[in-house]
Amino acid sequence: MKKKGVDFLLLLGSGLLVYCLIASLAWVGVIDEYYMQLLSVAGVYIIVALSLNLITGFTGQLALGHAGFMSIGAYTAAIFVMRASLPLLPSVLLGGLVSAVFGFAIGFPTLRLRGDYLAITTLGFGEIIRVVLNNLEGLTGGSAGLQGIPSFSDTGNYTLDAIIKFSWIFAFFVATVATISNLIRSSPGRVIVSVREDEIASTSMGNDVTRYKMIAFTVSAFFAGIGGGLFSALIGYLNPSDFNFLYSVNFVVIAVLGGLGSLTGTVLGGLVFTFAQEWLRVLGDFRLVVFGLLLILLMIFWQSGIMGNKELSITGLVRRIFRKGGRAQ
Amino acid sequence: MVFLQQLVNGISLGSVYSLIAIGYTMVYGIVKLINFAHGDILMIGAFCGYYAFLWAQGSASPVLAVAFAFLLAMAISALVGVIIEKTCYKPLRNAPRINALITAIGVSIVLENGARVIPFMGPNPRQVSIPEAFKGVFALGGLTISKVQVLTLATSLVLMVVLTAFVQLTRTGKAMRAVSHDMDAAQLMGISVNRIVSITFAIGAALGGAAGVLYAMNFPMINPYMGIMPGLKAFIAAVFGGIGSIPGAMIGGLVMGVAETLTKGFISSKLADAVAFGILIVILLVRPSGLLGKSAREKV
Amino acid sequence: MSIPILQAKEISVVFGGLRAVSDFNLTLMEGELVGLIGPNGAGKTTVFNLLTGVTPLSSGEIAIRSSKDGKAHSTKGMKAHQIARLGLGRTFQNIRLFKSLTVLDNLRISMDHLRRTTIADAILRTRRFSAEEEAFTARSVELLKIFELDDKKDLLARNLPYGEQRKLEIARALATDPKLLLLDEPAAGMNPQETKDLMRLIAFVRERFQLTILLIEHDMSLVMNLCERIAVLDYGQEIAMGTPAEISRNPAVIKAYLGEEEI
Ligand SMILES: Nc1ncnc2c1ncn2[C@@H]1O[C@H](COP(=O)(O)OP(=O)(O)OP(=O)(O)O)[C@@H](O)[C@H]1O
Ligand SMILES: [Mg+2]
Repeated sequence: MKKKGVDFLLLLGSGLLVYCLIASLAWVGVIDEYYMQLLSVAGVYIIVALSLNLITGFTGQLALGHAGFMSIGAYTAAIFVMRASLPLLPSVLLGGLVSAVFGFAIGFPTLRLRGDYLAITTLGFGEIIRVVLNNLEGLTGGSAGLQGIPSFSDTGNYTLDAIIKFSWIFAFFVATVATISNLIRSSPGRVIVSVREDEIASTSMGNDVTRYKMIAFTVSAFFAGIGGGLFSALIGYLNPSDFNFLYSVNFVVIAVLGGLGSLTGTVLGGLVFTFAQEWLRVLGDFRLVVFGLLLILLMIFWQSGIMGNKELSITGLVRRIFRKGGRAQ
Repeated sequence: MVFLQQLVNGISLGSVYSLIAIGYTMVYGIVKLINFAHGDILMIGAFCGYYAFLWAQGSASPVLAVAFAFLLAMAISALVGVIIEKTCYKPLRNAPRINALITAIGVSIVLENGARVIPFMGPNPRQVSIPEAFKGVFALGGLTISKVQVLTLATSLVLMVVLTAFVQLTRTGKAMRAVSHDMDAAQLMGISVNRIVSITFAIGAALGGAAGVLYAMNFPMINPYMGIMPGLKAFIAAVFGGIGSIPGAMIGGLVMGVAETLTKGFISSKLADAVAFGILIVILLVRPSGLLGKSAREKV
Repeated sequence: MSIPILQAKEISVVFGGLRAVSDFNLTLMEGELVGLIGPNGAGKTTVFNLLTGVTPLSSGEIAIRSSKDGKAHSTKGMKAHQIARLGLGRTFQNIRLFKSLTVLDNLRISMDHLRRTTIADAILRTRRFSAEEEAFTARSVELLKIFELDDKKDLLARNLPYGEQRKLEIARALATDPKLLLLDEPAAGMNPQETKDLMRLIAFVRERFQLTILLIEHDMSLVMNLCERIAVLDYGQEIAMGTPAEISRNPAVIKAYLGEEEI
């Protein structure tokens, strides 16, 4: 029990440390607004990719429509903020909830099936959502999109605004990591992982695997929706065509790049992906060609990604340092 | 009458989907990979057709021009298909399925965006110049059927008959069915699995290339991204028919085509794409193994 | 001792055209150790899959007495996990461990159906949650001790040597807290000494947990020594059933086995 308390404090401490470091660097101007925005976007991508990793990396069910869940969260949050003047926090949470409801509805018929069916249905679902958003003109603005979504803060001080935006996203990021990691490291979480390992063995041990797939998928849709809600406030406008198939693929790429089944891997993967995508812009029209080639090479030569299914453990790291220190004395 | 007209249009469009769906189903049947790049093979075939028609313009006989277009498209598509298989998919045959799938998506991204930056393809839509002799329509009672539609139906029919004969009657065809049934067992029986996989990709891609020419003749504006939607719909067609089943893919393609034209004609053209995916979800609910598919059960 | 814990009546399954199991009957009395033997491909594993609900029956009926309410339940319409929860544990011939999870987690996964806390407890790390986790861990370690695997509890299952993977399969099945245990060739691939040790272990857990066991095994001398009754399967059909002495004298059995040797 005591050891767990220490672990928790260490995690909390290191999270706070990272946050304070970035916020103060932004405050003194070492990290400019552009990079703060980029970090915030990376934060949103990481939240969505973490949600994808839960269903694909930990549960072993490939989902190819997370842009769809993200767009549901984004539009729900934006519509509640703009049309019902609801504050941002409950709107974002509502975005997550509505997305979770859709997740449940999609997962219910398809998760019984084995194989690639979830991949296909989620892909189809993402496309349907896009068509529907395009056609619900009264609510979503149709193909023209939704503009002027209020941001997290509007103090007039750009530096302060950037820090506040980042703070929101960082807070949600921490909450997402904590929730998913606590879920995974628990009895139901272990069953979820056992579905990836061997579905038949898991059923034979008395586990209702369909139910656990449903839980993982619904939770996954919830956080993808949360990511979408944050995205709408971060970017300020939404357009259905942005949430296309390729956009869903981005999250798969982040999760695979970081390592399927590794939460810390997804965090690293999200950072690398967001910055790489930004830097690849110098390639102009060749950007996506290079992106595609990198993807293929990555899959062939580096299948486990940055972290494999291991976690980068801060507490482990700290312990190792202390132990080494101890020995040196 | 309007209904019959839409039905004719649907069958014509559907036969193109069938050709593409066959490629998906054959590849899935053998290597269990959703070959996302297959839709882009259609795009390559369409560009081949575009250039074949340009070169043949005015000079040769129209029939020869069309034949040339098909040959060029099928040959180049088959070549591209085999190159992709050898370089990108083969190293991953024993890797987790998700890796192969993401690779296929990568290949698709490379093909689409590669086409954008290649000068003689480029990002802008191009108008296909169909030989004059193939323009115009036949009128049958109240129905109109275009010459291109007739060509589409005839070509698809011939290709499907040839393919069926090949798969059912030749040694290679039998080997293909054996590999699709059980790759390890086929290997033990002395079948060269690598060769069969390559042949499967070549045939699938060649049919996709031919479909590209037909698609470009039916909808004569072509661009690098043109393969995505027909590719997805053909994939749904393959699932509908029962993935792995060639006759299933043929039927599935026709159903998708008819469903699409009927939706466009009687409900809303905007919703046609959503209907395609709606159909997919309904099939998975009602009969996940598809029309002619066998439900595969894992041996324990 | 004389209450049936499992009754299978005329169970059959057809794969394509192949009748892999055909009108098979089996009654297991509480506390018995029964052997299921037969040549390769006779349908023994398929019988296990039918009993556990992994493969749906084509026809026939199975009733299992639940370890919870002591009543016999027909397994018709039940999913495999529901059947397992009646108190039926099994191992797999071709080891199906959760390979990239630890030895400890392999066992704890079998206990989730006993969980009383909710997912919210897990996410919020409540006191109830921690208490239950500790209880699961303690029970798992206790089981691992029996199989001498407790000092390897943090290793990944895939890193265990082959013989220990087989033992872990049995431990994992026991972690579900079964009354009826189906073992599919638990000694396959083991040397004679390992096999002997394993059989002693099986006898031990049978006593300790008061199990009824159905055992598939190819090693005849072993089956003859260990089992109280033996069912013999050939081409999906039961060709004999009786005590080891009766079975060893049965002409149909001798023919089935000799026929195999001639091939
Ligand atoms: N899921 C399945 N689909 C089709 N056929 C199957 C399936 N499972 C088993 N079979 C067939 O049923 C027959 C019986 O197989 P089973 O595995 O039950 O034999 P077994 O007695 O366990 O043999 P062994 O001693 O080799 O383990 C075999 O011919 C096998 O190929
Ligand atoms: Mg067996």
